[in-house]
Amino acid sequence: MSLDKPYLGIPGTTVFDADLARKGYHLNSFCMSLMKSDNRARFKSDERAYLDEWQMTEEQKQGVLARDYNRLIELGGNIYFLAKIFATDGKSFQYAAATMTGMSQEAYAQMMLSGGRSPHEDGGCKAPETM
Amino acid sequence: MARLTAGIACSHVPAIGAAMDLGKTAEPYWAPLFQGFEPSRRWMAQNTPDVVFLIYNDHATAFSLDMIPTFAIGCADEFKPADEGWGPRPVPVVKGHPELASHITQSVIQSDFDLTIVNRMDVDHGLTVPLSLMFGQPQAWPCKVIPFAVNVVQYPPPSGNRCYQLGRAIRRAIDSFDASLKVQIWGTGGMSHQLQGPRAGLINKEFDTQFLDKLVSDPESLTRIPHVQYIREAGSEGIELVMWLIMRGALDARVREVHRFYHVPASNTAVGHVILENGQ
Repeated sequence: MSLDKPYLGIPGTTVFDADLARKGYHLNSFCMSLMKSDNRARFKSDERAYLDEWQMTEEQKQGVLARDYNRLIELGGNIYFLAKIFATDGKSFQYAAATMTGMSQEAYAQMMLSGGRSPHEDGGCKAPETM
Repeated sequence: MARLTAGIACSHVPAIGAAMDLGKTAEPYWAPLFQGFEPSRRWMAQNTPDVVFLIYNDHATAFSLDMIPTFAIGCADEFKPADEGWGPRPVPVVKGHPELASHITQSVIQSDFDLTIVNRMDVDHGLTVPLSLMFGQPQAWPCKVIPFAVNVVQYPPPSGNRCYQLGRAIRRAIDSFDASLKVQIWGTGGMSHQLQGPRAGLINKEFDTQFLDKLVSDPESLTRIPHVQYIREAGSEGIELVMWLIMRGALDARVREVHRFYHVPASNTAVGHVILENGQ
């Protein structure tokens, strides 16, 4: 018996479920280590060497080096953990969100000021069901 | 006896805390948001509780993937603002209420809700931003706070119905505490937002407005919203709204809406806020 995962079809959205959490455990643990300033300093001085201390896959390490957040999410990264990477880079949540949408930060910020991404747009989602 | 006087719902966007800590609240981007909380602070000055039971989620701060409690209650004397990677927020230490927290723990577990008991925990922006929004920037928080952390990071969070029923059990526990205390319950997080993937930036005002309406007048209908509907319509992080249902479950069936505020955007998020007073 497999689990029902009705959320798999939602466009542009990856749900951090138990399977992804298992896949991403070491990646997310690496991210968590960046909460400590000593670790941030070691990571910044030699990213590759620091990553090699963790039991991550090569793909996950490459994703971190490239700051490819969409890829890291596919590989089991969770956004609240990945936030430790862009915080270490001195980047905001809005910056990271913009990179994942493929928009410039300016265009993304403007979209938010205009009310955000519509849930009705193509690639978004259907109109709300009745509550 | 302890008395539950009111419930408050409030988003907990980290950038709101940063705006306050860095003195940016009068800037054009932030001013409309903080104006929306001015009536709340006036109401709060007249209705300061002895204890706030504050429902929030930890954001990979106190809990990593090493341990993920679905429901965790803070029973300590105090909780320090966490260093989330850029130093702790310059806000007061949060003082707990161990006697009431322990009482609620025992009562709620005996009502079949298996809480995780936490006696040492730092609290992140999920807890401190709502305190800042409601109380401003005092030297010390004007009341005790019982932190109650809900897992909404690793899917699945508890269902809306589970949260609502838990709220009812928390209410029974508060009602049976033998001390003259005014207690408020706050549900935080939400409203619609998505922080990840190509669909980041999603906001659904229509969903949020309906949710606020039903929260006041027909909360049981909200308990039937499945997780997938939150994710599809309110964004992957909009699922935090299940935490509001714990708050609402603890209140009377009929409540009085004192204040409502809705604002887009705070960074990536739709901010929703409502104050509900219990009936007499």
